[in-house]
Amino acid sequence: MARSVSTRRKLITTLAAWAIGIAIFFPILWTILTSFKTEAAAIADPPVWFNFHWTLDNYVTVQERSNYFRHFMNSVIISGGSTLLGLIIAVPAAWSMAFVPAKRTKDVLMWMLSTKMLPPVGVLVPIYLLFRDLGLLDTRIGLVIVLTLINLPIIVWMLYTYFKEIPGEILEAARMDGASLRSEIIHVLTPMAIPGMASTVLLNIILAWNEAFWTLNLTAAKAAPLTAFIASYSSPEGLFYAKLSAASTMAIAPILIMGWFSQKQLVRGLTFGAVK
Amino acid sequence: MNTTFRALMGACALAALATGATSETITVATVNNGDMIRMQGLMDDFYAKHPDIEVEWVTLEENVLRQRVTQDVATKGGQFDVMTIGTYEVPIWGERGWLVSLNDLPESYDVDDLLPAIREGLTVDGELYAAPFYGESSMVMYRTDLMEKAGLEMPDAPTWTFIKEAAAAMTDKDNEVYGICLRGKAGWGENMAFLSAMANSYGAKWFDMDWKPQFDSEAWANTLNDYLELMNNYGPPGASGNGFNENLALFQTGKCGMWIDATVAASFVTNPNDSQVADSVGFAQAPDNGLGPRGNWLWAWNLGIPAGTQKVDAAKAFVEWATSKDYTALVASKEGWANVPPGTRQSLYENPEYQSVPFAKMTLESILSADPKNPTVDEVPYVGVQFVAIPEFQGIGTAVGQQFSAALAGQMSAEQALDNAQKLTEREMMKAGYIK
Repeated sequence: MARSVSTRRKLITTLAAWAIGIAIFFPILWTILTSFKTEAAAIADPPVWFNFHWTLDNYVTVQERSNYFRHFMNSVIISGGSTLLGLIIAVPAAWSMAFVPAKRTKDVLMWMLSTKMLPPVGVLVPIYLLFRDLGLLDTRIGLVIVLTLINLPIIVWMLYTYFKEIPGEILEAARMDGASLRSEIIHVLTPMAIPGMASTVLLNIILAWNEAFWTLNLTAAKAAPLTAFIASYSSPEGLFYAKLSAASTMAIAPILIMGWFSQKQLVRGLTFGAVK
Repeated sequence: MNTTFRALMGACALAALATGATSETITVATVNNGDMIRMQGLMDDFYAKHPDIEVEWVTLEENVLRQRVTQDVATKGGQFDVMTIGTYEVPIWGERGWLVSLNDLPESYDVDDLLPAIREGLTVDGELYAAPFYGESSMVMYRTDLMEKAGLEMPDAPTWTFIKEAAAAMTDKDNEVYGICLRGKAGWGENMAFLSAMANSYGAKWFDMDWKPQFDSEAWANTLNDYLELMNNYGPPGASGNGFNENLALFQTGKCGMWIDATVAASFVTNPNDSQVADSVGFAQAPDNGLGPRGNWLWAWNLGIPAGTQKVDAAKAFVEWATSKDYTALVASKEGWANVPPGTRQSLYENPEYQSVPFAKMTLESILSADPKNPTVDEVPYVGVQFVAIPEFQGIGTAVGQQFSAALAGQMSAEQALDNAQKLTEREMMKAGYIK
């Protein structure tokens, strides 16, 4: 009896997990399918699923019209650069908050998180003017700085929760053995927090890769990443769904592949600390 | 070895200097539409004529582009040397000194060849502030087969009464054929573009000569009631979410008897690669009510040069090339006359080869019948047919559009929507200092 309940429960859980998984993945699947349709098939009513004339024309058009590689490289540099810079700042910050907490540490953490609640458009004009005066408009370094600042609260929070899980006694033992602060962080803390740090890095790269407000507003021709590449295929007058889907597929492919290969680390990291 | 290396380095430095000295790069911000994309493919001609100028493109969706270029020109950000802007922006920006005057274009450009209605909308105090790349109006596109089946004949210049009669006769909801498809999605450039133009033909207006909003007038009530009657009885379901693209998809898949929208749609609906009804589409002017103005709008995408750019000469060379008669001939020779950017030059419509394009005549007649300085029956203090060329209009137009879209969705009555529109417009105009 108990066994049949358990099997039924397993079945229901499995079906529910599959249903949720398919529901989440459906928009991506539909985008990929649409990218292989003609514009006429893309707007067909009722929609066509697999029974259509498969074509690579949209990918050819996108390749001809846009410099995909330049946008791709900008995305890699901006998301990679902002993640690296964010990590350099966040590791010492999270270490001090986790192992040497002050009276106001919790308040500081909450304040950092509260900066994420401000609508970005509220500070668009001041930041645009600052960038103009500093010559940072349409530069990759400018975007690396902005995206680092935007994602810093999340990196600090994640690392803080991972570090809190590590027993302070281990670090204490390292100190007693004569380890300096630098060696303590690099040789003792970091190896133990690797799963957490890996998931932080992956999440931050995904957030930076997908960021579309600042990357569209602060770039023009030179530093525009893949978000601007996608935006160039949308139009209020004319059929563009198939070409837009091809551009979107090309833009999400690298991050999708990276996510696929690193899903084990991502899941391990996300279930390691308090972020569960 | 050392000497050779030094010589090589010197040569490289010299080459880099020479390249820097002779080549100038301009950045052009533009919209993603067929004509603009086509131009990007024809740049070899420009480079052959101007080997010293490089062009970098920033192509964006219309609403994103509008926000980006407005932000840049207002803050003198200097990101763009040429901007693609609409007829709404040009008079406002020109008046504020944000654009470089184009009055000194050479004689060979033949500025007098520009269609007067379009040129007028781009001129402030005698200064031409942008050059039109392509112009459009709106017109009726209809299914000739369904019209014939209904036993009706579409006149070249129909009335709203005929449109209602034809919509009723063509509707066959069981087979998902709807007599008429019109814009319902809220936005100043969406449903309000259509409704403002329709209102002009009913004698309605946005403001009187004292800038007092006029949504409490009988003319506006008649406009909105007729629009709702048409759409509720003969329109497709969920029309309050339909803009240009949604209606284009409906028309191309044979679900609309008539569609009143931008003249640029003509080339899409007659293209057999995308349209299932390509061989049975007819065109007519936008309807009227016998009061003078027709329910059509006037719009042009233009190339303007922001006042902050350091590369005025190179930018002017590009604008001159892209909007010239030679460019038109270049497109015709490479892609055919049907793909030439329409609606900017008189000479194009005098060309016998272009006259054979099926929608050419109707496009020209529609453009010529719109007058941005006298858009409606009465005199008004503003410029613009389907918009009011004041900076506050984008916000007000979209807010009013939301009221009318809600009325179409059945969330409120026409009376309530007009009352809300009147109150919110009065409030905004008072805040902006137009009325006390």
